[in-house]
Amino acid sequence: MAVDKFITIESTAVPLPIENVDTDQIIPARFLKATTRDGFGENLFRDWRYDKTDQPKTDFVLNQDKYSGTILVGGKNFGSGSSREHAAWAIHDYGFKVVVSSFFADIFKNNALNNGLLPVQISDQFLAKIFEAIDQDASAKLKVDLINQEITIVSSGEKEGFDINSYKKECLLNGYDDIDYLLNKKDKIEQFEQSRV
Amino acid sequence: MRLPSSGNPSLVLLFGSFSNYNTSFHYLNFKKLAGKTLFDKIWDAHVVDEIPGGPSVLYIDKHLIHEVTSPQAFAGIEKRGISVARPQNTVATPDHNVPTVDQHLPIKDQLSQFQVNKLTENCEKHGIALYGLNHPFQGIVHVIGPELGITQPGMTMVCGDSHTSTHGAFGSVAFGIGTSEVEMVLATQCILQPKPKKMRINVEGELETGVTAKDIVLYVISKITASGGTGYFIEFAGSAIRNLSMEGRMTVCNMSIESGARGGLIAPDETTFEYVKGREFAPKGEDFDKAVAKWKKLTTDADAVFDKELTFDAADIEPMITYGTNPGMGTKVKGQIPAESEIEASNLKTFSKAMDYMGFSAGDTLVGKEVDFVFVGSCTNGRIEDLRAVANFVKGRKKADNITAWIVPGSKQVEKQANEEGITETLLQAGFKLRQPGCSACLAMNDDKIPTGKLAVATSNRNFEGRQGPGSRTMLASPLTAAAVAVTGKIVDPRTLL
Ligand code: SF4
Repeated sequence: MAVDKFITIESTAVPLPIENVDTDQIIPARFLKATTRDGFGENLFRDWRYDKTDQPKTDFVLNQDKYSGTILVGGKNFGSGSSREHAAWAIHDYGFKVVVSSFFADIFKNNALNNGLLPVQISDQFLAKIFEAIDQDASAKLKVDLINQEITIVSSGEKEGFDINSYKKECLLNGYDDIDYLLNKKDKIEQFEQSRV
Repeated sequence: MRLPSSGNPSLVLLFGSFSNYNTSFHYLNFKKLAGKTLFDKIWDAHVVDEIPGGPSVLYIDKHLIHEVTSPQAFAGIEKRGISVARPQNTVATPDHNVPTVDQHLPIKDQLSQFQVNKLTENCEKHGIALYGLNHPFQGIVHVIGPELGITQPGMTMVCGDSHTSTHGAFGSVAFGIGTSEVEMVLATQCILQPKPKKMRINVEGELETGVTAKDIVLYVISKITASGGTGYFIEFAGSAIRNLSMEGRMTVCNMSIESGARGGLIAPDETTFEYVKGREFAPKGEDFDKAVAKWKKLTTDADAVFDKELTFDAADIEPMITYGTNPGMGTKVKGQIPAESEIEASNLKTFSKAMDYMGFSAGDTLVGKEVDFVFVGSCTNGRIEDLRAVANFVKGRKKADNITAWIVPGSKQVEKQANEEGITETLLQAGFKLRQPGCSACLAMNDDKIPTGKLAVATSNRNFEGRQGPGSRTMLASPLTAAAVAVTGKIVDPRTLL
């Protein structure tokens, strides 16, 4: 799946200061029957977003107008649980481009990266600062700079670096996935084939 | 494709890291002068490119596809607006889902018919060779690859099926892949793969009569457990492995992945060359001689180092059978299920759950347990040698009344040869039911299901809960043991009846 190029994003953020947000909360298992990757955003955090009669729960962040943007900030250990890729699809499909947390479950991190969603892992201290900034001003902006691997709280200018595998960084920067990456190697592949004859 | 524009700072970054990488590549090569394993030789010869901080771009010589794991991959490349990069390097056959009766009629199961039609459509559209139902070459992917001479030493091979490891028996690097990887290979003939670690398992000495390749691999997995091979590619070596036929070697490599390994392989030798010679897609005449000269270099250097090495004594191996719900839960047919005190504390829960499912108890003797079904087939043991072994054993005998015995040839060619050799007749006379080629009760995607609660002795490769049908109970064993069980109706050591 080709993904959007990711260079720098400056956006307001949606805070979800809950620890151990697991994949079943991100997308409940009963919504996994679809055979394509699209449309999962509709049911993102379904049971936190809607009550039993399908009415939006007004206290949940996604239902509060004051919060918006393409950055989701979650509590520690985000994305634990099953290996289902659907969790990353749902977050991305909803419109998020970045998830920030102080720790990500391994498989979730990989799945996110494979689907054009950037997981930004920062220290507990910096995460607390971000939550504080958003708490004080819901329109506080964050800047995520993938090239320099830095995240900044725009109003205060405070920043912190983050790690990313260099191959995945290259994919995100250029907006391609593994298959696009390989397609870009066409010349090399042909050279390789010729060298063997 | 969207190459980064030259003004993009990321490009500089990218090339910066590539040149860094070159330095370390030479260093690696230099290090490997110390001696290469067979696996290294094949892998390294197929690396098109290496990604700094990422996997290798590995060139794939042969790609096998079937009806179940390919449709989404074709849909994927179509969505990208591209076609199959090297259709001539891909071969297709329907096997997983197909009925094993009345194959000349339209398939009754709609999902199965839909998948088979999709495969046919996709192959036609993209110019891929397809051996469909009723074609003389149709069969289980891992059976037809070798028997048609598609599988050859030194190749890289992949298929959207974990038992692709089977082809390693020819000294090829072969492994199973997921659907997104099937799409990668269709699109580019390459795959992104991190290089696994290397393990060598030596089996030295002579096998006793009645002990077969299947017993070797069940023994090895019972020793190293169903996760002991995780992260590794295993080379099987030693005199007991050398002395195996190609069919036997395929059985061993086939089940290598049941230890968690990425795949298994065996260095090619005269037995291999002899097997490949004259087959449909094997090189012919002078080309064959040239190929053999190259294949002879496919050995592990004497000074090569493995990340792990284990040696087993063939004399310790007896006919084996599994008693639990993963292939590592196996023991001698003559033996007992371990007592709880013999099980590691961390495994106790799995063990008890398996005992509950199987309806067995810790410490139980296996010999004498009543069996309901015998299944001979699959890519592990559905080849001509396996059918021959069963036929030789049951000749002049009859299956026990309590047994339903299914024999499912691995391919049309196996079926044909079984007819020609009189194997079919012998089996029918013994009361076996003969089916048409396919995966059948190995994974029970079609109608060939072992009913709930029934106990089956199967020559396939997985004994997971429900693998052969919801609630079915599976004990894995060799074709010879399965034949002996069919005749006596109970678990029995085949050596007592030889
Ligand atoms: S026979 Fe069984 S293991 Fe082999 S390819 Fe078919 S389903 Fe897979």
